[in-house]
Amino acid sequence: MTSGLWELVLKGIWTTVQLLVFSSLLAAAVSFVVGVARTHRLWIVRFLAGVYTEVFRGTSALVMIFWVFFVLPPAFGWQLVPMWAGTLALGLTYGAYGSEIVRGALKAVDPAQQEGGIALSFTPWQRMRLILLPQAVPEMIPPFSNLLIELLKGTALVSVMGMGDLAFSGNLVRLALQESAEIYTYLLLIYFVIAFLLTRVMRGLEKKLKAGVGKAPERGVSAHELKRAQTTGVGGHVA
Amino acid sequence: MKWDWNAVGDFMPKFWDGLLVTLQALALGSLISFALGLVWALLMRTPSRWVRWPVGVVTEFVRNTPLLVQLFFLFYVLPEWGLTLSALATGVIGIGLHYSTYTMQVYRAGIEAVPVGQWEAATALNLPVTRTWQVVILPQAIRRVVPALGNYVIAMLKDTPMLMVITVLEMLGQARLFAQEHFQFTEPLTVIGVAFIVISYLASLLMRSLERRLVR
Repeated sequence: MTSGLWELVLKGIWTTVQLLVFSSLLAAAVSFVVGVARTHRLWIVRFLAGVYTEVFRGTSALVMIFWVFFVLPPAFGWQLVPMWAGTLALGLTYGAYGSEIVRGALKAVDPAQQEGGIALSFTPWQRMRLILLPQAVPEMIPPFSNLLIELLKGTALVSVMGMGDLAFSGNLVRLALQESAEIYTYLLLIYFVIAFLLTRVMRGLEKKLKAGVGKAPERGVSAHELKRAQTTGVGGHVA
Repeated sequence: MKWDWNAVGDFMPKFWDGLLVTLQALALGSLISFALGLVWALLMRTPSRWVRWPVGVVTEFVRNTPLLVQLFFLFYVLPEWGLTLSALATGVIGIGLHYSTYTMQVYRAGIEAVPVGQWEAATALNLPVTRTWQVVILPQAIRRVVPALGNYVIAMLKDTPMLMVITVLEMLGQARLFAQEHFQFTEPLTVIGVAFIVISYLASLLMRSLERRLVR
């Protein structure tokens, strides 16, 4: 490969990383807002958050990307920059998966903790901020880590829209060199390395957060093995 | 925002064609992933690490890299190696292979969830290894994992639009073709978006009833 082509690949990696950072931030924000809303005491808030989750995890991420690129501009008169359109589509879709993680972790906190907060006459917001979240967040890290890998894999979808990410630049290089096997192997290896680094970072974060609440990180494969985020809300774990 | 019902009407015949292809890809992909996932799970239990290690590395690699790029790989590289398949067949193999690396984890958990007493009873009855697996372990393990496998079928449904990039005319492929021919993007894309939500919602209801029947 010539240096010019390598430069193209490097640019692709940079776009993929940027997209990954932006969309994971949006997804995290959406997950927390929607996940917390699903534990709200007003039924209408819970209902709306539930509808959001069902709708956004019901569609395919690629269909969502098409929708944001082609339907949103004529419908609302916005023409988004590809980077933001990609961020929006991926962030909203993966945020819906993430909201289930947040909801599950909040539900898993010992109810006595919640009752203790009520007994001390904390406001709901104080209970959430001071009691529930500090205990729930460390538990969310392993599933979020899996979701982050899924998101990384999802960023490749924007190449279909002609955005110059890693998969797209790989395709350009293939057209230039006509050596599919070699180039796609490199491409997969680069994705694998990024995924590996992300897992390491998330494991470090888990260790740090769990130490903060006096727990050791989970040992063993099952805690960290990559699972697809729950798509249906049933049959999540094998009893 | 203009919504044109005529465009919806014009698109519907194409939509049914696309739906059929999507469901075909889904059914075949699921079969491959169920079968191959079981093979991986069993290989991961062999005593020799010369088997476990390569299988572990390969499946880890496939699981952590984008299906989209894997599909490109299969679509452009297999013909170079002298194996020319139709686009749909390539896509089905790609999806099946990708998801088999997920289903293997499901099977693994299911096998581990079979109580140790069952293994001990099989040993006490002097059952040979193959028979232990066939009549004692797998029937109990698979029963437990059906709902979790169903989850992956729904996940797979949502990844079938990726087959569009290797020229398979499934739902999204049909929608894009229609949109480019008629310059109407809103209607076909919205129709298939709604179709995905409806299908995955119905499938999740089905899963829930299956779960109630099988896991007790």
